[in-house]
Amino acid sequence: MADKVYALPNVQSPSTPVIFNPEKCIGCNTCVEVCQIDVYIPNPEKGKPPIILHPEECWYCGCCVTDCPTPGAIKFNYPLPLKPRWRNKETGEVMQVK
Amino acid sequence: MGTWHEYLKAKGTPPEWPYPIKFGEESEIEVDVLVLGGGIAGCWAAISAARNGATVALFEKGDVRRSGAGGPGCDHWCNVPANPLSRVDPDDWAIQEMEALGPYSNGLGFQIQCREDWDTLLEMEQMGGKIRDDDDEYIGVEGRDDETKLMVSPRYGVKAGYSPHDDWKKPGFNPPEKRNNVVLRIWGSTFKPILKKECQRLGVKVFDRTMATSLLNENGKPGGRIVGATGVNVRTGEFIVAKAKAVILSMGGAGYLWHLDMEHGGHSTMYSRNESSDTTALAWRAGAKVTMQERSMLSRIASGLKHKWYTGGADASYENVPLVDAENKKLPAPTQGWEDGGAMFSNQAHIITEIREGIKNGTYKLPFFGDFASMKPEESNATWNMMLAEESTTRVMVQTMNENGFDIHRDQVMNYTFIEFQPSQQFREAARGGGLITDWNLMTSVDGLYAAGTSLFSPGDHSFAASTGRYAGRKAAAYVKSVEDAEICRNQVEKEKERVIAPTKRDSGIDWKELHNGLARVMQYFVSEYKNETMFNLALEEIARIEENAVPRLFALDPHKLMRSLEDLNMIEHAKIIIHAMKERKFSNTTLGIERLDYPENDEEEAKNYLVLCQKDGEIQYERVPIRYWGNMKEQYEAHNKDYTGVYKPEN
Repeated sequence: MADKVYALPNVQSPSTPVIFNPEKCIGCNTCVEVCQIDVYIPNPEKGKPPIILHPEECWYCGCCVTDCPTPGAIKFNYPLPLKPRWRNKETGEVMQVK
Repeated sequence: MGTWHEYLKAKGTPPEWPYPIKFGEESEIEVDVLVLGGGIAGCWAAISAARNGATVALFEKGDVRRSGAGGPGCDHWCNVPANPLSRVDPDDWAIQEMEALGPYSNGLGFQIQCREDWDTLLEMEQMGGKIRDDDDEYIGVEGRDDETKLMVSPRYGVKAGYSPHDDWKKPGFNPPEKRNNVVLRIWGSTFKPILKKECQRLGVKVFDRTMATSLLNENGKPGGRIVGATGVNVRTGEFIVAKAKAVILSMGGAGYLWHLDMEHGGHSTMYSRNESSDTTALAWRAGAKVTMQERSMLSRIASGLKHKWYTGGADASYENVPLVDAENKKLPAPTQGWEDGGAMFSNQAHIITEIREGIKNGTYKLPFFGDFASMKPEESNATWNMMLAEESTTRVMVQTMNENGFDIHRDQVMNYTFIEFQPSQQFREAARGGGLITDWNLMTSVDGLYAAGTSLFSPGDHSFAASTGRYAGRKAAAYVKSVEDAEICRNQVEKEKERVIAPTKRDSGIDWKELHNGLARVMQYFVSEYKNETMFNLALEEIARIEENAVPRLFALDPHKLMRSLEDLNMIEHAKIIIHAMKERKFSNTTLGIERLDYPENDEEEAKNYLVLCQKDGEIQYERVPIRYWGNMKEQYEAHNKDYTGVYKPEN
């Protein structure tokens, strides 16, 4: 099933405002409930990470990350054009959120 | 892991809608006071009304726990002149703040804020909100008072407003013993979940994921006394009819009427994603008077082209963070810090011009940086770990940058302010300062209809929303004791239900995004930099075509898309109000953001009035109300609040 290629519309972009760690996420759906715009829906399989249904509506408020009760279960993921940059003042090296 | 297409690939089928679909079903409730919008103002309104003896219900599109522009957090409690460290008189400060913000500011709201937001903050603390450095994390930080453990912000240190004081570059400027101490740093990320809990403790019926769709007037006649409202659940589509003697509007403003692209950088405004003209559209259809609709400005802080909130570093309120060029030369700009009395540079044209010219002639080398590394460790710690970590969408920015190795004591945040300083004229804030006009009870022109927070004209910040919400709740609770029960007009409900559900009866046509973009394009082309009668008429004609050809084809496949579709219809209503108001103002006035090609001169007499408009019998009625219509603020406040009892005393 996983190898099948479906005819899909373009993926919503940006598509991944957060990255779930399925090893740590307990599927408690706190993020589903705190998100003020319903970016997520609960996974039909209980205990699994929610499904990101409306990623392009995310306004990057971060409440899902702030209120997650399980450390490391959900990681914030700024889209490419919004990733902050900074510079080491001593070395001059410029770095950016990955 | 977690995206929709990953699920589809793994399961071979898309997930089913996870909530029961209830299109066409209806439920009813009855309360004394109904609050529409559960952000900061709405929560405080609900709490206050309940504490004053009313039965209360609250509709919120998201979940009250973290909804609204203030849901994620708040770093400053502004204009709190009644705090024990303040050196200014609350009544004097309200006038100073009103004057600093120009002729169209909301003195009535500032008076309420200045008199009551310290009480409001103490009630926040009473509920468990953190307002003091009780854990002694910030000992030694400038502005921290060791006795009260309150943290004073440099903002408004020597004067109201953000523009620099004339003497800001002189040595010894702004000594600690002369500062106003009128703004406090607070731990606002703790507030919103506590407000929800208090609503629940008080028995407020909280309807999360419920969008208000209309107000109900007595006999179904716009302009008549308010007798309730309708809503729709944005997960199930269930329609709800609420009977209430008073309704408080607190659904914020209009975030993105001019914003064509809401994705990527396109929706970077300082408003919640859910602010979509709901207050204005509902109030207008119910016959209430609105004002300041003609005012539009370039988007602030984060615009359609800029980065989300403060990730640009020092482009907004990075308190005390010096802005330097690529060679660490300090730019000639205030830092909103102690050394400049809390001034900002972003509204200072001459400073911006000086820096921009300096870039071109080589005086200042790009890129620029917010130089955290040059700050005293305790100050950068307070700015980064307290202020930015407590403020709205910057909290997660701090966390993410820390996880990626950013070090405030070593690094400088790259700043894009002078690369992309202004958005184009076509990215505007809708009806900036636009909202409901009210009396001293925060009641609108319609009996039983109140407004608070950003639903008011020329609103202020988080503590303005909190204190005006708290005030409106108190006044509404008093009002409902004085009025008789009234019946809801079933005909009005049926018509509204039909309107709300219409997009769900179609499977194809125009989706909400296309409709939004079509409307935004009209605003960008015909209601932006170049304004005249011809362009306004073109805009109205185009909107009429949208209403005739596109709206009847609007389709919504699920309750979420229905919510966005209904928001679009509210934005269409709001756009028309804005354009009619702009047409009516036959002058140019920079304070109002109106520069008309056909009327290039200001009209000083006309400019002394608010343009107030409402809808009556299908026609728009215009009225001029003198600015400062509220009279003597101190006297009027006291006359209307003889029974005010101060900080809430919880029963044990």
